[in-house]
Amino acid sequence: MSAGDRSVWITGIGIVSSLGEGQEAHHEALVAGAGPNVDRERFAPYPVHPIVPLELDRQIPKKGDQRQMEPWQRIGTYAAGLALEDAGVKGDEALLDRTDMIVAAGGGERDAEVDSAIVTALRDAEDPERLLNAKLSTELRPTLFLAQLPNLLAGNISIVHKVTGSSRTLMGEEAAGMSAISSAHGRIAAGQSEICLVGGSYNAERWDMLLLLELGGFQWREDYAPVWERAAHGGGVITGSVGAFLVLESESHARARGAEPIARISGVQTDYTRRGPGDAAAAARRQLDALAGGIEGSLAVFSGATGIAGLTEEEQGFLQPLADGGGSVRALGSAIGHGLEIQFPALVALAAINLKHGGSFAPRGGNERPATAPDSALVNCWGHWRGEAMALLRKA
Amino acid sequence: MSTSGRSYRDRNGHPIVVVTGMGVVTSLGAGLHDNWAALTAGRSGIHAITRFPTDDLRTKIGGTVDFVTAEPFSAPELSERLADLAIGEAVAQAAIGRKGDFPGPMFIAVPPVELEWPQRRALAAATSGGGEIDYPRLLAVAREKGTELHRRFLFGSVAEHLAETYGTKGMPVSLSTACASGGTAIQLGLETIRRGDADAVIAAGTDGSIHAEALIRFSLLSALSTQNDPPEAAAKPFSKNRDGFVMAEGAGALVLESLEHAVARGAEILGVVEGCGEHADSFHRTRSSPDGHAIIAAIRAALDDAGVSPDEVDHINAHGTGTPENDKMEHMGLEAVFGERTARMPVSSNKSMIGHTLTAAGAVEAVFSLTTMREGRIPPTINYEVPDPAIPLDVVPNVARDAAVRRVMSNSFGFGGQNVCLIFAAEPAQ
Repeated sequence: MSAGDRSVWITGIGIVSSLGEGQEAHHEALVAGAGPNVDRERFAPYPVHPIVPLELDRQIPKKGDQRQMEPWQRIGTYAAGLALEDAGVKGDEALLDRTDMIVAAGGGERDAEVDSAIVTALRDAEDPERLLNAKLSTELRPTLFLAQLPNLLAGNISIVHKVTGSSRTLMGEEAAGMSAISSAHGRIAAGQSEICLVGGSYNAERWDMLLLLELGGFQWREDYAPVWERAAHGGGVITGSVGAFLVLESESHARARGAEPIARISGVQTDYTRRGPGDAAAAARRQLDALAGGIEGSLAVFSGATGIAGLTEEEQGFLQPLADGGGSVRALGSAIGHGLEIQFPALVALAAINLKHGGSFAPRGGNERPATAPDSALVNCWGHWRGEAMALLRKA
Repeated sequence: MSTSGRSYRDRNGHPIVVVTGMGVVTSLGAGLHDNWAALTAGRSGIHAITRFPTDDLRTKIGGTVDFVTAEPFSAPELSERLADLAIGEAVAQAAIGRKGDFPGPMFIAVPPVELEWPQRRALAAATSGGGEIDYPRLLAVAREKGTELHRRFLFGSVAEHLAETYGTKGMPVSLSTACASGGTAIQLGLETIRRGDADAVIAAGTDGSIHAEALIRFSLLSALSTQNDPPEAAAKPFSKNRDGFVMAEGAGALVLESLEHAVARGAEILGVVEGCGEHADSFHRTRSSPDGHAIIAAIRAALDDAGVSPDEVDHINAHGTGTPENDKMEHMGLEAVFGERTARMPVSSNKSMIGHTLTAAGAVEAVFSLTTMREGRIPPTINYEVPDPAIPLDVVPNVARDAAVRRVMSNSFGFGGQNVCLIFAAEPAQ
């Protein structure tokens, strides 16, 4: 929410996921109902949506830079490059030097082999704490310590793409991405920023995050099913690897440099309920009340539903009146999986892509029905544990 | 405090942002009173680490906060408790809202959160049979171990719990800009009030993450002082014999408020947040660009944002980590902006006494910067025995100094090219 009233445009999108790379590939795959691409074997019994192969050299030309990144940082730095290219600002060092950046990040990736070797050695050790010191002192790679810092995705983007106007890294799982979009939009609307690179990445192909989610009992352990169809069978999340960045820009700044809008963001709302029964839906209704005045023409609703039992049905209940009123509902997690920090920014990006390229994304299970091209797009995203956000986008 | 004729807006027409509550905890103690007494007495909080064995490690010292219990220990557990102490003190001083009902959002800098070795070992102990314990085996026992570990080791957990305790409004924002994080939390709060999204916010930074792996990782980067004996002499910012920073724990919290809101409710105004400047460095993951341009840009941006000239800054609360690189680059940045005045201006580093509180540093040092102005006394840079002729500075060596200070700049620089400078003033601008 912001008091500012300047018009905010999306002028660049970079997105990579299990469905492909870039705006066109995603539009094509989502309209055709292609995929989903699911790896059922590598992390069995947990399915994941793996990232498509990336030609890293195209966006991260120095091998030395690539080596100092973990997979989530490569995915993110790559997607950031695509977004800057798409906005027509890549390589414009003077402009990038005053371009703001807000990154939604999680934690660094563990080296699964090192962790396994150490935890095994500690099991039978007489003095496990001293052994831990010895093992850590010899097994850890110093250079990769930096990759462990959450703000080093932003740091890498500064180094590789020269975005240096400002650099903030937000955390807190899904809430990180929600705050990132909300903050970028709010600052531009209020005149505190003219142009901002905002987004992040999630690597689903990592054991440490599978472990964290499994500790909470949140994971789907069966064959792939669309999010709406999981709840009846216990529910659960299938995580997906995604990198998504957007270039947000004030209309006046974009016009001055001759940039075209992909879509406009009319408003962003965030909440953080304690998740009693009905809390998330009540928050979403308040958010919708605040945004509904901006809806024009045909509406598509892009949901971040996770597939978690209870929460998913609650969201379905909240969305039903919108569907009954003629809006199309699409749970994009069925197509790209759930990417925690990046889910909300990725949904905003895909909604903008739909508004620009037209057509309608193919239904994937549940009550999703065929539809026509949208004029307005509502993004509704609830975190798997905390955080509720909604954004309204309009066709440019 | 009279309200007659006062403008509540800055020269850009935005709300003036003031501080109405402060709280702090470091290895020197809990609460501003004890911290300030120790700090101005030139006392160090650095000591031998006893939380885990260190006899085979190169660095054996730190500013752990041992008087706050977090059992079982984990970084998010201790960080949350430290933040709770600091925020509790700040909110009580501000006397704002009602208990558990703070009338605005929270921005909090938190250290990296992930499962730690005690949790991994507990999971490993629950597996059956011999052989290597790999992640699939840990996962196989995970669901039965209950949900507490998931809740505790979510990145958002610290903010979530504190938001519930203090009843802050809206989505709490967790952030990290490495060692500039505390400054960024204040910056985000400042921007939020300026754009009219809130009248009051909590801005805090916390760090309770000294465990074996964190210490060893920084040690492998050769970032830490290895002069373990005596511990209190290890942190030597700006000295010729400086050899790295000393890891430390702590938390700092500010209640920020629009001047209008503070005056309307009759709150005591502790200082003004006049400006914030930021610039990222694209040179290297741990080193500043050799020409210092990003640091210089951040300092200039802060002055611009505050609408003041370099001559109007009385004192610098330095980042001053005591690494060879930081102190050299910080001096270069100051000299580029403050010119020949640099050598005469008091530039002191709290880290000489409290160590580097990492994620919390910007918030902790903001509290000390504001207190410096209120008390008219500048904390010293201790352990300054061997001046470095390459970086001639008045570091307020070893002994606190009485001085009228009306405006302070507080610097925070972090790995990943993060540079944040804050400017605080003693009185609300007219």
